[in-house]
Amino acid sequence: MSLAIATNVTPQQNWLERLGAGHIILAVALVLYPLVASDFFLTQIGGYSLIFGMLGLSLMLLAGYGGMVSLAQITVAGIAAYAIAILGSNNSNVLGFGWPWWLAVPFALLSAALASALIGWISVRTEGIYTIMITLAIATATYYFAQQNYAIFNGHSGYAGIRAPAFWGIGWRDARPFYYLCLGLAVLSYAAVLYGSRSTFGMTLQAIRDNPRRMRALGYHVTAHKVFAWALAGIIAGLAGVLLVWFNGRVSPGTIGVDAAIDVLIIAVIGGLRHPIGPFLGAVVVVLMQTFAIDIVGAERFNTLIGMVFLVIVFVSPDGILGLWGRIKPHLAQESLRPGQ
Amino acid sequence: MRMHRRTVLALAVFTGLTAPSLALAADDTIKIGLLATFEGPFTVLGEDGERGAMTAVAEMNGTVAGKKVEIVKGSSDASPDSAVRAARKLVEQDGVKVLVGPLSGDEGIAVKDYAKTQPNVTFINGTSAAQDTTLRDPAENFFRFSTDGAQWMAGLGTYAFNDKGYKKVATVAEDYSFPYTQVFGFMAEFCKAGGHVPSKSWVPIGNKDFSSVIAAIPEDVDAIYVALGGADAVNFLTQYQQGGGSAPLIGGSITVDQTVLTSKGKLRDVLKGTPSAGPTADTNDAPAWKTFVEAYKKQPGAFPSPSLFAHGYYVDMKATLLGLDQVGGDVSDGGKKLRDALSKLSFDTPTGKVSLDKNRNAIADIFLTEVTEGADGNLMNKLVKVVPQVNQTLGIPEDEFMKLGAVNRDNPSCP
Repeated sequence: MSLAIATNVTPQQNWLERLGAGHIILAVALVLYPLVASDFFLTQIGGYSLIFGMLGLSLMLLAGYGGMVSLAQITVAGIAAYAIAILGSNNSNVLGFGWPWWLAVPFALLSAALASALIGWISVRTEGIYTIMITLAIATATYYFAQQNYAIFNGHSGYAGIRAPAFWGIGWRDARPFYYLCLGLAVLSYAAVLYGSRSTFGMTLQAIRDNPRRMRALGYHVTAHKVFAWALAGIIAGLAGVLLVWFNGRVSPGTIGVDAAIDVLIIAVIGGLRHPIGPFLGAVVVVLMQTFAIDIVGAERFNTLIGMVFLVIVFVSPDGILGLWGRIKPHLAQESLRPGQ
Repeated sequence: MRMHRRTVLALAVFTGLTAPSLALAADDTIKIGLLATFEGPFTVLGEDGERGAMTAVAEMNGTVAGKKVEIVKGSSDASPDSAVRAARKLVEQDGVKVLVGPLSGDEGIAVKDYAKTQPNVTFINGTSAAQDTTLRDPAENFFRFSTDGAQWMAGLGTYAFNDKGYKKVATVAEDYSFPYTQVFGFMAEFCKAGGHVPSKSWVPIGNKDFSSVIAAIPEDVDAIYVALGGADAVNFLTQYQQGGGSAPLIGGSITVDQTVLTSKGKLRDVLKGTPSAGPTADTNDAPAWKTFVEAYKKQPGAFPSPSLFAHGYYVDMKATLLGLDQVGGDVSDGGKKLRDALSKLSFDTPTGKVSLDKNRNAIADIFLTEVTEGADGNLMNKLVKVVPQVNQTLGIPEDEFMKLGAVNRDNPSCP
């Protein structure tokens, strides 16, 4: 998995140029999106895509920069979601300590980061397909544990009646505030990953991905770097988990099942692992397909259509939508690809 | 160049996200949402539910109060999250004002909670049969014309104790709200009659290996009450029989339905004579039931006999259409008139009269059955007795019934 990440930033640029016109236009479009979108498109498509984009982003961070493909990102998100349900309040009459959101959220993120680091610590000794297998095993085990444990996870029915906080006079689960909340946190995560990838740590991680033995010989602690990357990915996945539980108002083992784990992988693969924007593109495609395929082909065969579309995307472009763009770009702009782009 | 690339990208994302919703219904059609499990482990059940609902629509020739009925389908995979997501899409994107569904227990509770946030939309149950969907903390706009899982057990506990002479029964059931409700319904009568339930086993949906469960069943029980569905029931019964188990069985409503009875092998001998209860009976010879079976069989892919899911969706869809007919198909007032009409609605179904209680839960006839071999060698549920007009509190006064507490793994208990 040797993926080259574009880092063509020259120090002379001012901040506006460094941000890039594309980013600015995209940001303006996303900020103005609520003016044209219905509540359904704001939350069920917009918010949901951003949440799953963040989950895909946490996988992209691990897979793209660290070469570690994880199927346990939804598990990490689920731990944050369950933490919110347990530490905050729910109406399932199980646990629910009633902590305010500003106390529950940091704890949820902390537990997500710790859980992710633990999963990472277990799986960094493996490579390639074995990492996938071990994270899949962890995801499946957590799912069945949550399904059968009543003291902490409340079994099959999980927790319901979890409310998003309301402060500054805003109910954050209302369509527009929730969309902006998702957008804000997604942008924050995106920027953090983009910045992190160019930082010393990010560069070291990419070097470890490309040649761990040389990095070890140079005196770097390879395991520590990888585990730290897992913890960072855990924070992003945890944020997505918090948003997800506020969005659904509930969390149950179905939320963190193997289907959901594979959805996250599909999102990252469809979107492309070359650049942090990829998972968000993938999430939009996947969420739109999953929502509207049933209107196109009816209730009996809509999952076939979804599968076919994904197959076609991966078949046409193994690098996902980002790779697809890389292919048609020269035709549009009549400019040859520079190496490493 | 860089800008050009990103610009097109941004525009693509932007336009993709704002695809306009062309879901406005014309004046001469009524849109009804139909939510069922078209994916996941209960797909077969969901498809049969759809056949039942479409039978009701076909009965009215696809029109109600002179307007054409348009069915918009939503799919879930039996998990509460997916049910709410599908319901949201139907209500918020497709703009349905009336929604029929969902199919499974926990889904029903989740959709009821969602219903509270959509007071102008009328929700009518599919076949979800958890007790607390309507009994505790109900939603004003959620109606259930199909009965709940405890009601389906009416008469079975008494029959097992008095007629079959079982004094000690162990239970094996799946671990979620619907089987809890079924076990509750069985035990409410059985314990009251003087029976004991020394052991209750709860297994996750989709369990394959039942050996530890079978080992945990006490030796000295007179019978085993089994509330498992589809493949789970077949797996358990096969393994129990291969393990040399010989205790007679008592079946939950979906344990001895056609999906299990049509399975091959020695299992058949174990199943013969198994008493059960539910909202339907295969050998019901009431003319209304026979007419319904004929109408149902016209649906593509229909089973020889409609399942309980086809029946439940039929009854709920029929009630929806009758309600809409009474208000002339007018839901422009946020469905207020429709909900008034539904609350007062009382009509004859293929399985007898149905009306609603104050929590908008059905009062209906329940059928006590026993598995027998038919003339053609197929196993079927023979009608033993009809328990007339069972209400949600199983004939127990409401305050006394509420004192029994919410159904869960440990309640009720009579070891």
